[in-house]
Amino acid sequence: MLKCRTVWKKLAPLARASSTVCRQNVRRTGLTSSRIPACVPVAHMSTGPAGGGRENQLYILLVGAACVGGAIYTYRTVKGDSQRYQDRIEEISSRSYKRATAEPATPIQSEPSVILEPEPEAAPSLEPEAAPSLEPEAAPSLESEAAPSPEEPSPPAPDAEVAVPETTELPPADEPVVEASPEESAEPAAVPVVEEEPSPPSEPSPVELTELPPAPVVESEPAAAESPAAEPTEPQPEVVAQSAAEQTTTADEPVVEASPEESAEPAAVPVVEEEPSPPSEPSPFELTELPPAPVVESEPAAAESPAAEPTEPQPEVVAQSGGPAPDSLKVPSHTPYLLIGGGTASFAAARSIRARDPGAKVLIVTDESDPPYMRPPLSKELWFSDDPSVTETLRFKQWNGKERSIYFQPPSFYINAEELNGAENGGVAVLTGKKVVHMDVRGNKIKLDDDTEISYDKCLIATGGVPRNLQVIERAGEEVMKKTTLFRKIEDFKSLDKVSRNVKSITIIGGGFLGSELACALGRRSTEYDLEVVQMFPEKGNMGKVLPEYLSNWTTEKVKSEGVKVISEALVKSVVCKDDKLEIKLKDGRLVKTDHIVAAVGLEPNVDLAKSAGLEVDSDFGGFRVNAELQARSNIWVAGDAACFYDIRLGRRRVEHHDHAVVSGRLAGENMTGANKPYWHQSMFWSDLGPDVGYEAIGIVDSSLPTVGVFAKATAKDTPKAATEKSGTGIRSESETEDTATSPVASLTLAPTVEQHQDEYGKGVIFYLRDKVVVGIILWNVFNRMPIARKIIKDGEEHADLNEVAKLFNIHDD
Amino acid sequence: MSYCKQEGKDRIIFVTKEDHEAPSNAELIADDPNDPYEEQGLILPNGDINWNCPCLGGMASGPCGSQFKEAFSCFHYSKEEVKGSECIDNFRNMQECMQRYPELYPQEEDKESSQAEASSSSVSAAPTEGSALPPETDSTPATSTSDSTSLIDNQTAS
Repeated sequence: MLKCRTVWKKLAPLARASSTVCRQNVRRTGLTSSRIPACVPVAHMSTGPAGGGRENQLYILLVGAACVGGAIYTYRTVKGDSQRYQDRIEEISSRSYKRATAEPATPIQSEPSVILEPEPEAAPSLEPEAAPSLEPEAAPSLESEAAPSPEEPSPPAPDAEVAVPETTELPPADEPVVEASPEESAEPAAVPVVEEEPSPPSEPSPVELTELPPAPVVESEPAAAESPAAEPTEPQPEVVAQSAAEQTTTADEPVVEASPEESAEPAAVPVVEEEPSPPSEPSPFELTELPPAPVVESEPAAAESPAAEPTEPQPEVVAQSGGPAPDSLKVPSHTPYLLIGGGTASFAAARSIRARDPGAKVLIVTDESDPPYMRPPLSKELWFSDDPSVTETLRFKQWNGKERSIYFQPPSFYINAEELNGAENGGVAVLTGKKVVHMDVRGNKIKLDDDTEISYDKCLIATGGVPRNLQVIERAGEEVMKKTTLFRKIEDFKSLDKVSRNVKSITIIGGGFLGSELACALGRRSTEYDLEVVQMFPEKGNMGKVLPEYLSNWTTEKVKSEGVKVISEALVKSVVCKDDKLEIKLKDGRLVKTDHIVAAVGLEPNVDLAKSAGLEVDSDFGGFRVNAELQARSNIWVAGDAACFYDIRLGRRRVEHHDHAVVSGRLAGENMTGANKPYWHQSMFWSDLGPDVGYEAIGIVDSSLPTVGVFAKATAKDTPKAATEKSGTGIRSESETEDTATSPVASLTLAPTVEQHQDEYGKGVIFYLRDKVVVGIILWNVFNRMPIARKIIKDGEEHADLNEVAKLFNIHDD
Repeated sequence: MSYCKQEGKDRIIFVTKEDHEAPSNAELIADDPNDPYEEQGLILPNGDINWNCPCLGGMASGPCGSQFKEAFSCFHYSKEEVKGSECIDNFRNMQECMQRYPELYPQEEDKESSQAEASSSSVSAAPTEGSALPPETDSTPATSTSDSTSLIDNQTAS
């Protein structure tokens, strides 16, 4: 505006000048026009400001346009501001309403705007009261959520803002649960009923508060206060409630909304009376969530409304929802230990915390629909099971005959989320199907995808990762994506199992652990189901990035003997869907026709929370960057696939193996309970490719490092199967860590014949060196020697003769 | 006789049994049993029980964890002639609790079987560390009569 003015000021003289000149010219022209019109030079081309009428007009036009534009802008801004303000207020109200518990709140909430506007009347009554009372009440908890609710009922549009803050503060009786307050205000009617309530009818208090500014008085007599305050009307709790809240005065709509609430309240009230206080808390939560307020629900709600308020005996009121509240919503609002992610690392941490902190309450939040389970059997043992219902039971037989489920614990091990805060001995609760979308490190809380907030004391991020996909497949379109599996979870296993029974050809892209294991598993099925299994990868041989070339080649031959068509040095150029079959074109021109693709090309660590939490992400390895004690911030730890940590011996790394998830999860759990230990116990990993190729490894096993391999000739006894039977442990990896299942299923095959042609690489030890120090070891068909390998890496010494070191393993012994 | 070949940066040595008969002269650094960084076994250097020992599986962290800890601690520190004889009540509590979760703590007569879930993690994670421990853990619950001890045995045994 100012600019406009200045500009105008500047141009005005010009305009005037030019117009004057213009007029003068015209006059002159006019005067002289009769004589020689053409003589007068029409200086319209002149550059001077007073140039001719045309220029003048141009100026005037421009200036005018600028002014008009400015005016429009100003108008819009002012309008927009007020509109935004309105929106914000409404948003706050509705937000607090949502949090507020009682269902009644919900209906009320849903109408915030409606209520706001239509209830000017209601507002006045509620508002004014709310205002004064609320102020005093300013409860400690100040949950903004609570605030909105009170707001809602009484929010007259103009005062809405005012009311809101007030209601928030209102927590009627110093209740930590502010939420209750909103309810309260909403339900004036509840007041009368509240009186009878055993639990402090916080609800009423707010209502009362509005009426009675002096908080103490109000609180002490929530019932009394409420009645008078609340509502103008009523003696009957039910009726009152409704009217009170909505202030009936007006709109049917608002009243209607209120009524469900109110009715819920009144009804609840009597019920509440009998209810023990604890339920109140939870109900608010739940209530809020369930807009329809059936009487049943209102009960808990009712309890809550009054309960919401301060009275509740439970201090944790805020925290929990539990109780009668309806299902799903029972999410505790605070938990001492919060574990984000429900995989191996998370479970190991939960166990560790529970072992070290007696009575600990641990909440696991996972976006999967299953409780924690182990992944290795999904690409190994489950495929070798003879049980036709294995996709349902998810049980597998270990080598020693013991059967177990892939789930770490049966469901009875966990307690319900809502009971978590009430459990006297604590426990582990799993919240499935919920994704954490936002993390507030400063406020120590996270937000779920359904807008629930959970605050924590200590948090573990164990979000793992998502399988990577090939760009060519992503770009290839819907048809191709439908025939592609990115394998990681239980449902991927189920769907691939189904697919393998129904198609003629499956191609696995990727030659690493997962790809090779799946290829071998499917290869075994190929004979039963007339299934062609193809595996393609850019390296020269299977496990090309892990095993030295000679061993990788040897392994590839083994995989081929499992019935897999291996295409090495294959780079996928494009994939198209033709006649319901997929055609994969390779860079070197080869064409592969198949029915289904399994992409096993790596894992992308899930660092979605890094942004909102402000956590560092590592650029070299991906994942959250944490220190040697797995700590990202003072009360945030990261473990498992998503953690890029500092290994004191081997340097910064990120490991995607099962045992590492167990070890790091356990360490994180220990550190969350005050152990302050760095990552020191080196984790191991293993793989079995068929019945007679199996190895265990530890440390950095990268084929680009120089290696020294010491081999002995293998005998029939040196197979994974033999190893497990012999040691009596049943599961090879169980001797190393817990919960690991390995051991390839005995496949009838041609073990003996294979052995004969077997090269020299029957069994042995391979050392990976970095600057002459052993940083990685593979035990090739040599089992139960991992502790020695671990020791060698831990020492980090330079050994002149690695053959001497190899002697420590007694590779010739069985 | 052993022989060696080099394939690029990778060295391959083939050895016979005789080659490896002579004891190794590779030097390993002596371990400090009290190293705080190391994974501890069932019994910590100061004599306490390491509840986080993988060998215990989920016993100390499950729903009956507190009862288990009480019973086992009582036993561990018992100085009676018949070790743990004063802990019968604790063990009874533990057994009662476990009976409420048959899925987690299978009450089978047959010791070895059905371990699978009971401790979920079962297996002693600490193999080497564990190798010294099993005898210890096996013997400790020896006097106990309840099923729980057999469970413990099972766990450590596996």
